Amino acid sequence: MIRSNFLERHLAILFPLPAIIFVALLMIFPVLYTFFLSFTNWNLTSGMPMSFNGIGSYVRVLSEPRFLHAIGRTFSFTFFAVLIEAFLGVAIALILNRAFVGKSVAKLLLLLPLVATPVAVGIVFNLFYDPTIGLANFVLKSLGLPQGHWISHADSVIPSLILVDVWQWTPMITLIVLAGLAGLSEEPVEAARVDGASEWQILRHVTIPMVMPVILTAVILRLIDALKTFDIIFAMTGGGPGYASETLNIMGFKYSFEYFRMGQSSVILVVLFLIVFLCSLGIMKLRSASEI
Amino acid sequence: MDKRWLRKTLFYIAVIGISLIVLFPFLWMLASSFKTQVDIISWPPRLIFSPTLQNYRRVFEEQDFLKYFLNSTIVGGLAVGFSLLLGLPAAYSISRYTQQRLAVFILLARLMPGISFLMPWYIVFSRLNLMDSYVALVLSHMLIALPIVVWIMSTYFNGIPRELEESAMVDGATRQHAFLAIILPLSGPGIITATTLSFIFSWNNFMFSQVLSMEKTKTLPIAVYNFVSYAEVDWGGVMAAAVAIMAPAIILTMIFQKYVVKGLTMGAVKG
Repeated sequence: MIRSNFLERHLAILFPLPAIIFVALLMIFPVLYTFFLSFTNWNLTSGMPMSFNGIGSYVRVLSEPRFLHAIGRTFSFTFFAVLIEAFLGVAIALILNRAFVGKSVAKLLLLLPLVATPVAVGIVFNLFYDPTIGLANFVLKSLGLPQGHWISHADSVIPSLILVDVWQWTPMITLIVLAGLAGLSEEPVEAARVDGASEWQILRHVTIPMVMPVILTAVILRLIDALKTFDIIFAMTGGGPGYASETLNIMGFKYSFEYFRMGQSSVILVVLFLIVFLCSLGIMKLRSASEI
Repeated sequence: MDKRWLRKTLFYIAVIGISLIVLFPFLWMLASSFKTQVDIISWPPRLIFSPTLQNYRRVFEEQDFLKYFLNSTIVGGLAVGFSLLLGLPAAYSISRYTQQRLAVFILLARLMPGISFLMPWYIVFSRLNLMDSYVALVLSHMLIALPIVVWIMSTYFNGIPRELEESAMVDGATRQHAFLAIILPLSGPGIITATTLSFIFSWNNFMFSQVLSMEKTKTLPIAVYNFVSYAEVDWGGVMAAAVAIMAPAIILTMIFQKYVVKGLTMGAVKG
């Protein structure tokens, strides 16, 4: 009896404690360890003991063109992918936001890309993009257009990867915005209609402003995930051709698990972590601003 | 009247167009998995062909896909199970004591890039001789599942009126007893949502398993990825493998459609 009273009095600490310890051990400690390693020149393959070199690894990595390109690529991949997904996602949500025959089927279809294994999605698109037997070039040829190089060429690899990301994740924005639209009250729309507003005016000045917080949250969530895109790039190009599709995440992975330069890879991971962390702060701010 | 009819037609054309774009890669994958190599590399691509099962036979006979399937199920099942064990009490506490900071702390595990934990794990698990062990894989997949469980369940508990357990506590029950005997039995839909979603995310995970697993504990995404590099031109076999890996997640989604939608949109939408 006394023991259970003890548990009850401290429930607010004891109930979440195992989860807190778990996250601290598997997330906080590793992040701190990565930060620590970024000030060393540790290389697993050299056999030399770990030694501090201050900001040596930072200087080394930050001055490397390959790294600067990877940062730029990470941002441009994320920016264009999420921009297209946001426009398409909201547009599709607005189209589907009414009662119609087959709505539940349409919503089920939208779910499928979201649960499809990304590695396998990448492989299927590799078959599409194959220069000689792929469907993508067949379509272009049938339309009388010049054939594309898709992922086999440095100029077209990033747009081709963006297309895959757009196919897979646009539905995420659509479903979130649809759920947001479903929760809106009818009154402002009715009022605008009574006042003689056109459908377009209602959309632009009533509906969209009302779901804006939901759209923003969906977009930032996508932004955070797009910055970390790994599976499709790794499976489709491995960062190639050359380094043409190497993002920070891919570069960090290669430095860690192919070159085993732990000190330098830690610098890359710290930079990626900070970028994602700043975006996450954005979403927290937004959530507390809208009082959720 | 005519104009309304036109609008309706345009609307359905749009819906069908969207559905086809979404579905097309799945259909193409499925069709290719039943094609012979000759049919796959034929130009122009063949829409009509005589289907064959040889791709599936090759994948399942020459590769140990059943083992990888089992590994994925074991890792996903254990990770979700332990995450529920840790996550349900935490979510309850977050909901009832409005511990927003704690919620954010656990959510960070979902938002932060996995690779910044993975590199240190690799070092630690190597030192502890835990590479290619279920322990390492389950722990890493728990970091995927736990934030999903906590996030979905704390939102779910918010929707259960406090009066329910408070009246039981007036009758002399302890809070933990009320949680077990009253709140949990009411939480079925939330638990289904959290379980389905976190299992699917664990099932689809590639990066953690790619680094931490080797032959013994290899999961399906790794097996499929390796199969591609090993059988570069065997597109039929590769597509059959892709179908095999996607099928369970898609079937789960079809069964629990309502729950999956709720789980994916929860948090972004108020309530």
